[in-house]
Amino acid sequence: MKRFLSPKGLVGIILVTLIALVGILAPLLIPPEAATAMDMTARLAPPSANHLLGTDQLGRDILIRVLLGSRLSLEIAVTAVMISIVIGLPLGMVSGYFGGRIDNVLMRLVDTLLAFPALLLALTISAVLGPNLQNTIIAIGVAFTPYLARIVRGEALRVAQMPYVEAARAAGTTDLFILSRHVLPNILPAIIVQATISLAFAILAEAGLSFLGLGTQPPAASWGLMIQASRDYLERAPWTALAPGAAVALTVLGLNMFGDVLRDILDPRSK
Amino acid sequence: MNALVTVDHLRVEFATDSGPVVGVEDVSFAINPGETVCVVGESGSGKSVTSLSLMRLVEFGGGTIAGGTLTFVRPDGSVLDVAGASPAVMQDVRGNEIGMIFQEPMTSLNPVFTIERQLTDGLMLHRGLSKDAARARALEMLRQVRIPEPERRLKQYPHELSGGMRQRVVIAMAMACEPRLLIADEPTTALDVTIQAEILALINRLKREKGMAVLFITHDMAVVAQMADRVVVMYHGKIVETGTVEDIFENPKEEYTRALLAAVPKLGEMKGKAAPEKMRLIGDEAARAAVAASAPMQRRSEVLLEVKHLTTRFPVKGGILRRTVAQVHAVEDVSFTLNVGETLALVGESGCGKSSCGRSILRLIEPTSGEVWIGGRDIGALNRQDLRRARRDMQMVFQDPFASLNPYRRLKDQVAEPIQNFGLARGQELRDRVAEIFDRVRLPREFMSRFPHELSGGQRQRAAIARALAVNPKLIVADEAVSALDVSVQAQVLNLMMELQADLGLSYLFISHDMAVVERVAHHVGVMYLGRIVEIGPRPSVLDNPRHPYTQQLLSAVPIADPRKRKFKDDLSFKPITSPIFPLGHVAAPSTYTEVGPGHLVLNG
Repeated sequence: MKRFLSPKGLVGIILVTLIALVGILAPLLIPPEAATAMDMTARLAPPSANHLLGTDQLGRDILIRVLLGSRLSLEIAVTAVMISIVIGLPLGMVSGYFGGRIDNVLMRLVDTLLAFPALLLALTISAVLGPNLQNTIIAIGVAFTPYLARIVRGEALRVAQMPYVEAARAAGTTDLFILSRHVLPNILPAIIVQATISLAFAILAEAGLSFLGLGTQPPAASWGLMIQASRDYLERAPWTALAPGAAVALTVLGLNMFGDVLRDILDPRSK
Repeated sequence: MNALVTVDHLRVEFATDSGPVVGVEDVSFAINPGETVCVVGESGSGKSVTSLSLMRLVEFGGGTIAGGTLTFVRPDGSVLDVAGASPAVMQDVRGNEIGMIFQEPMTSLNPVFTIERQLTDGLMLHRGLSKDAARARALEMLRQVRIPEPERRLKQYPHELSGGMRQRVVIAMAMACEPRLLIADEPTTALDVTIQAEILALINRLKREKGMAVLFITHDMAVVAQMADRVVVMYHGKIVETGTVEDIFENPKEEYTRALLAAVPKLGEMKGKAAPEKMRLIGDEAARAAVAASAPMQRRSEVLLEVKHLTTRFPVKGGILRRTVAQVHAVEDVSFTLNVGETLALVGESGCGKSSCGRSILRLIEPTSGEVWIGGRDIGALNRQDLRRARRDMQMVFQDPFASLNPYRRLKDQVAEPIQNFGLARGQELRDRVAEIFDRVRLPREFMSRFPHELSGGQRQRAAIARALAVNPKLIVADEAVSALDVSVQAQVLNLMMELQADLGLSYLFISHDMAVVERVAHHVGVMYLGRIVEIGPRPSVLDNPRHPYTQQLLSAVPIADPRKRKFKDDLSFKPITSPIFPLGHVAAPSTYTEVGPGHLVLNG
């Protein structure tokens, strides 16, 4: 239990808890119209007592928008990454464990998807399914799947060659049981790492889709959308990008540290 | 005589999260010029830490020399304080005045450099030789270590050489600057027994010719007996006993040394005994009582396993289309029978096909042709479902107990797994059964909820045996099951396996490279070479009266744990094993045998 309470782990847990709390509580405590309340006298105003983190081009308070946008951003990112795990994990495990023809077919499929930039892929899927939030989430999730499947496959390939897997096979264990009890726990650390990285990219991918009119639609607030919108004012009002950017960075940092803690908890050797 | 190296009250600490941990403590010994000192001990005894301290390499592993003095007499007669020397001085000493050979010849050579580059780098650095002079010296070194075709070797990369040849290159590198001291850290542990014999003979010759001192680190008492002038026995970071090799072997004073020596099987000590015998263990009263009490194992002449013309080939892929261009004949026309309650040992060197043979029998790899009959059933003809059911009768114990247990699962779950696979028990019954098996392999029941990393190597191997026993199999294939264990632990695990055989009537297919262990446990011995069994028969007959030249070569290369029977004085050169790769369509001649004694068969041709 030593490493569980290491400073790094503690910071990770606190950060993730804080961010989750903000995501849940902010929409309950702050009236939604606060996000769109415009103060035309203070457009692109620097941080001040009135607007702690400044305002954007329409005079909206950035702090309030960051707080309110957290739920949407996190919702989209977490759901999208979960979708990619639900599809990519079994795909990669089957591919890596069984190998041979199954592996060849599945991986060529994955390679084809990998040939397209993830954002372009998400864009296409989103456009085909129709532009709404739910479809955006699905699109991002599917677009991230090949990356996860590749990593899972590599890990599964490694674990499938471990003597304990051969030992299980020699003991008459079924493939399903080997996959769930032997392979899965041993590839979990890699999945956790990949998932935390994907979460950051998912937040940004959502912004890209929103920009093209396929994700969150203004005036609703999401971190990605805010970063996107700040592009034109970066020189005059850098704080418009700074606040949502910091929110994304802190989330990723927290998740990363939290991921390490999670991995250590799951690994019996670290206790 | 003035000592070349003195180690006085050495103490090495390693910094860890929970404070400093002592690696070795109060270690003192000396090495005289031209003398071989063997440091022997089991894993974790601190023998490698001691040798690394002498090179000050221990610092690169996170250790610090916390106390004591290390001195080394330099060629100009000055005495170097190794512990206090500056990094620049140490760099000059390392590889130049002290040479080092590491265990693993595969990894101690850099794969991206040619042999020439590996050999000349040190010469140019330490001796300031020009490129041409360094090459000439490198060539001379390769000749000295008796590498065939040395000119060609210079241009080759490590992967193009065999394991034995690579270790010769490593020795040539260590010897290139004519060091006054050669440190050899388990230099033959990763090598086959014939190559080991060659390397040991080579080190002995170089020592004699150059008057060099050797610090030889090993866990193998038989190698110690063959190599040492003096012996330092270590245990848990401390010195247990020091003495001349004859004293240590013939007149050990400490209990630990006696126990260590007793646990070492000596090839040839079973002459005239018909049945296998348990290992002697000192200090373990329960085991000693068990050895005394156990009656000679009863044997029934009822056939359990019959292997007929088993052949396994692996494709070698090549070309752009990754087509099969050749085949590895891993197992070639192997036939034998194994009776209920008996042990057949398959012995041979790496790559001879003994492991592939065991796996083919269990169909962990698919044999190309042949039949495997277990209890009246042809395993080769079973479909997937039936094969899975048939696995109840045949289980396997693997070499590496660290890797063959899943680090993420509790031991009770891993031992219960085979029982659950066949739906033999559930709930309380399952728990009781697992607990019984833990008792059976003499693991405490509180270990049931532990994870593999919480156990020692020997305990893990017991857990692996427990898992194999869980479904009451008839046949256990033990693939190098004790090779990764320390000798005293190895003896305990072997005794456990023999007890289980006597109690449960198990049959073992015991795959091993260790002839001395095989001599103790096996009823029958099959010697494998290039995928074929070249000689097979009752153990006394095969080992005491080997008829095939390969068996004779193998037996003559085994070091014996007796300093009065030294074998490796002069250069040895055994016939290297040829390649088992044949072109597609190669028709292998069937194995035919001549019976030279009752049940003792020797391969023709």
